Amino acid sequence: MIPVHLHFEEIEKKLRMAKSTSSDAQMLIRSLRTAYAATPTNLKIIDLYVVYAIVTAVIQVVYMGVVGSFPFNSFLSGVLSCVGTAVLAVCLRIQVNKENKEFKDLPPERAYADFILCNLVLHLVIMNFLG
Amino acid sequence: MWWLLNSLNIPLSVETVCVFTAPIFSANAAWATYLLTKEVKGTGAGLTAAALLAMVPSYISRSVAGSYDNEAVAIFALILTFYFYVKTLNSGSLFYATLNALSYFYMVCSWGGYTFIINLIPMHVLLCIVTGRYSSRLYIAYAPLVVLGTLLASLVPVVGFNTVMTSEHFSSFLVFVIIHMVALVYYIKGILSPKMFKVAMTLAVTIGLTVCCAVIAIFIASVASSPTKGWSGRSLSLLDPTYASKYIPIIASVSEHQPPTWPLYFVDINVLAFLVPAGIIACFSPLSDASSFMILYLAISAYFSGVMVRLMLVLAPAACVMSGIALSEAFDVFTRSIKFQAGDINSESSIAQNDVSNVDSNATTDKSETVSKEPSRKNHEKEKEQEIVKKVTSKSQNGKKLLVLPQEVSAVVILLLIALGGFYVGHCVWTTATAYSAPAIVLKSYTPDGLRVFDDFREAYAWLQHNTDVDDKVASWWDYGYQITAMANRTVIVDNNTWNNTHIATVGAAVSSPEKAAWEIFNSLDVKYVLVVFGGLVGYPSDDIDKFIWMVRIAGGVFPHIREQDYLRDGRYHIDAHATPTMLNCLMYKLSYYRFVETEAEGFDKVRRTEIGNKKFELTHFEEAFTTEHWMVRIYKLKLPKNRIQGKLKNKSSSETYSSNQTRARNTRRNPWQ
Repeated sequence: MIPVHLHFEEIEKKLRMAKSTSSDAQMLIRSLRTAYAATPTNLKIIDLYVVYAIVTAVIQVVYMGVVGSFPFNSFLSGVLSCVGTAVLAVCLRIQVNKENKEFKDLPPERAYADFILCNLVLHLVIMNFLG
Repeated sequence: MWWLLNSLNIPLSVETVCVFTAPIFSANAAWATYLLTKEVKGTGAGLTAAALLAMVPSYISRSVAGSYDNEAVAIFALILTFYFYVKTLNSGSLFYATLNALSYFYMVCSWGGYTFIINLIPMHVLLCIVTGRYSSRLYIAYAPLVVLGTLLASLVPVVGFNTVMTSEHFSSFLVFVIIHMVALVYYIKGILSPKMFKVAMTLAVTIGLTVCCAVIAIFIASVASSPTKGWSGRSLSLLDPTYASKYIPIIASVSEHQPPTWPLYFVDINVLAFLVPAGIIACFSPLSDASSFMILYLAISAYFSGVMVRLMLVLAPAACVMSGIALSEAFDVFTRSIKFQAGDINSESSIAQNDVSNVDSNATTDKSETVSKEPSRKNHEKEKEQEIVKKVTSKSQNGKKLLVLPQEVSAVVILLLIALGGFYVGHCVWTTATAYSAPAIVLKSYTPDGLRVFDDFREAYAWLQHNTDVDDKVASWWDYGYQITAMANRTVIVDNNTWNNTHIATVGAAVSSPEKAAWEIFNSLDVKYVLVVFGGLVGYPSDDIDKFIWMVRIAGGVFPHIREQDYLRDGRYHIDAHATPTMLNCLMYKLSYYRFVETEAEGFDKVRRTEIGNKKFELTHFEEAFTTEHWMVRIYKLKLPKNRIQGKLKNKSSSETYSSNQTRARNTRRNPWQ
């Protein structure tokens, strides 16, 4: 009798903990959502671009897994170009973000110009490497 | 560059361009050092560091006019890459990040030592993250470099896919992942309230840990399956200094790959050797990202320079930058106190506070100078130190730590510092003139009867060029390959650029075998002449018998029938009466000491300082073609095989029977390797 009773209490405690963690998780997601909604639109566009680039990279990796990696340089250049544009977009986001105190006096035009230059070099190299 | 100059209608021959490339790039390197140090500390330090690098013997040894080696360019690229990295770190602009990646690409093109960069920068990023100095500028400095750098490095054919396959680059990818995680953490921390953040952390840690363990397990399994765990031979020999001597004798045999001796540090970077610790402390006083990078660079390169002499070259820029910082800080302190004294006494506690921060570097510099100067000055220095201490304690009561050095003391110390610089310059000039400038082809020695010039190498190469056919192939040890190709204009079997180990091992096997076997090996390689360098008559220490150890080892690595034990007696190489029979019969011994008894030395080898073991012997398969004046270079011709057809055909090296002999030799040639 007694062990069964104890066992039941343990299960109850675990359920409560699980519920609290799940409710915690829900609260977390909600607060993340609200905080994220506060970001200005141009940053959200950049984030969307980053997500798109990463998704493309994942698709390429899956494709390589299916088909095999024969022209390895093409695979490498494709994946790295996606990752590269994602990284550069994140850098742009860092520089354009008005809340970022370190880049207060950096005009956004300069940030965009740098971003374009970097992308140019990146894609030049990619074209060369595609083979 | 020659093409560029020619298109600008400046007529220069290719040789001139080759000769002057190295000094031009070393000038560029001094400029790059100025830029780098300016980013770390300021313009004063930059100028000092550039001046130091312009003269440091270690770098000069690689960038002498006429030495067309890639390391002069490589060090320039290295310093430039580091400059752009530090500049991006300080300014956070993507433009410099792009330039960083491009100069990294230049580095990859020029030297295999680029792996140093691609491992040092991730380590520095990790250090910054761990010490809590993460900032978005760090991300901008590092992440584009990894992506662009990997791509650009893959473009270079030598590297190719090694960028993603070998373990040398894995640290950059690992830190890439880590920096993304850290960036994410900081971002989420920024947009969440602290309570929520705690919850997020616990969730993330539990999930992340399990995923991490799985990934790491897979990774370790895949890496452990390869025999060297994915590291290349070069990197392994750096990490484990004894690796090369055990497994790859050819890497171990290069004299530049031996560990340096202590005096070599002083020869190569002289005064900088003890200014460097002062510089390290000066870097700590305002510890910024850039100065932590310099400290890390110095520490790592100091470790690696202890492994290989060749890597002293990588230490040199770091040492120059650090000492430049130290020297300029020291100058700052003293000139400021002179100005202070000359100006208003009541004012400018701000200057004094700067002086306080330099007390440490000051004291250390004083201590180091004490060590270097004569003991008569020791009392003076100690007095000064006591004065400094007294002044600190007396003025600290004010709360403002004013530090004022009396004018005379500062003036004397400045003069001493300048004298230090003078010593450095003098040493550099002397080293460059004696040690690194002498062309290795023409040797000179100062005997009691005056200057004696040994022009044997050029004599031998000229003989080769004039007395042999254009198609004749010459076999020698790979050290002389380039010289023979350039000066004698004959094809060689192996030269300094041969990376095929079996090739060199074949030549090594040939000279370690008895005459008949050696003849067969050389015949199969279509060799006509064998060139041997012998220093026993005049005492030239680095001849082929001296290098014989390595020939045996390298050959033994590929051909198991050559055992090093066969040539050793009691674990040492002998060429005298104690030598083993294998040694006395091998080709190198015979070719070096043939007819040696007929000289005035009568069989006494001046280098090994013993009489040779086997004095009188005849060569059956080779004949002596030429020996130079001081017996330093000896050329032998392969005897053609005896004609089996009719009678005895006397083998002559004269030209009239040469062509007929050659056709018959071709018919009777056997290839023992098939």
